[in-house]
Amino acid sequence: MSLIRTIATAGRVLAQIRHDPRTIALLLLVPALLIGLVAWIFSDTEVFGDIGPAMIALFPFIVMFLVTSIATLRERRSGTLERLLSMPMGKGDFLLGYALAFGLLAIAQTAVAVSFAIWVCGLEITGSIWLLFAVAVADALLGTALGLLASAFARTEFQVVQFMPLLVLPQILLCGIFLPRDQLPEVLETISEWLPLSFAIDALQAVADDSESTEWIVSKLLVIIAWIVGSIVLGAITLRRRTP
Amino acid sequence: MNNSDASGSAVVVEALRVRRGSTQVLDGLSLSVPAGAVVGLLGPSGSGKTTLMRAIVGVQVVQSGSVEVLGLAAGSPALRRRVAYVTQQASVYDDLTVRQNLRYFRRVLGAPASDVDRVIERTDLTAVADRLAGELSGGQRGRVSLAAALLGSPEVLVLDEPTVGLDPVLRVELWQLFRSLADDGATLLVSSHVMDEAKRCDRLLLMRDGALLADDTVDGLLAFTGTDDVETAFLRLIDRGAPDLRPGGAGGAEPRGGDPDAGTGSEAVR
Repeated sequence: MSLIRTIATAGRVLAQIRHDPRTIALLLLVPALLIGLVAWIFSDTEVFGDIGPAMIALFPFIVMFLVTSIATLRERRSGTLERLLSMPMGKGDFLLGYALAFGLLAIAQTAVAVSFAIWVCGLEITGSIWLLFAVAVADALLGTALGLLASAFARTEFQVVQFMPLLVLPQILLCGIFLPRDQLPEVLETISEWLPLSFAIDALQAVADDSESTEWIVSKLLVIIAWIVGSIVLGAITLRRRTP
Repeated sequence: MNNSDASGSAVVVEALRVRRGSTQVLDGLSLSVPAGAVVGLLGPSGSGKTTLMRAIVGVQVVQSGSVEVLGLAAGSPALRRRVAYVTQQASVYDDLTVRQNLRYFRRVLGAPASDVDRVIERTDLTAVADRLAGELSGGQRGRVSLAAALLGSPEVLVLDEPTVGLDPVLRVELWQLFRSLADDGATLLVSSHVMDEAKRCDRLLLMRDGALLADDTVDGLLAFTGTDDVETAFLRLIDRGAPDLRPGGAGGAEPRGGDPDAGTGSEAVR
């Protein structure tokens, strides 16, 4: 592991994105616009107040998953990953570099999304906005980490896009937006209690209506962070210097 | 640092077997690459050149056999700074400038900062150094990929078809660069499917269907086959069914099979 290589990789990924202003604009604005759309759909009802916090978790999570998994797949397809792994580049350095770069983007993206939800869409947050922001950033980072893991298993663009419905959609279906989790069949409820997105949404909802203690929310945050670390470690293990 | 093993070889391959998918690409291949030489790896596409190169760099899963580079097992962590590999397809970031690409690879290698300008100059990329790699011509992109391989002055360079698609002037310049790198002490293994490029190499490795057809100097090969160009020599070796293997030999001085009958014999076959 080397901090220099991790930071060099993060800097390189950000330099690549800087040459692509349209991607920056899409990254920063799409989650906010989707939250705005949801708010608009439910403008004559009370629903947005209930599901708004979940939307802050959902859209950055999906966007970061897609962007990260495709970025690393591109690296594999262009031959640059093979070049890096034939150099003194640690597998962990490579993945952490990506996580760092996309983590910084996630912070910017989440800042826009949270601000838009609160100050434009009128989402009411009773608890700490900073805590809300911290959980939302961790959640976007979770999307990045799962995207890094997915791309380790994908050989083609078609495969990597299929990992979205495979890894992300079940989490969305089971996270309590469609049906409160305690009303799910027992087996599904147990599964949902282990999925990282459930922790993110529980935590965001608790911050929004200030229904739980800070310690409780931080404990959820720690579980999300454990998932992030686990995904990156697993991604590093599955990355191979030698290929068939 | 030791540049070779006791026999003066930078690369020693023994009984290498590699399967890719359902194809047995290499089936018991043995060869060596002398240190400090420009060695041409020639053969038609599909003959196993790239697979052999990948095995030497240590990025290929192999079934059995051994590959030693600079006295260490191929792919050893200690070799990652000492061996550089240029793939056939330019492996650079299209959405970064030439200089940004090289700066990044330099940091990964831990090479001196001055190396970036040195390799840009050496590969004649100064005029396009601040343009995006994706905007360059295929030949220029290939040279960016080559420049990245020169960072940190590696002792062994493995180059997969670096001259393909280049105009003749650039091709001559590139071969001059390879020669000057060897003069500086590097070992170069350069693959090509253009037989004509063979005459610029110190030694030739001729491959066909995953097996070695010749391991000799250019002069040695021509004398052995009684021909005056490598393309004809290649065909003659296939006709005869007997390879020209003189690893490490001086080559050229005493053609083993260069008797006049051999020549007329194979012409009769054709």
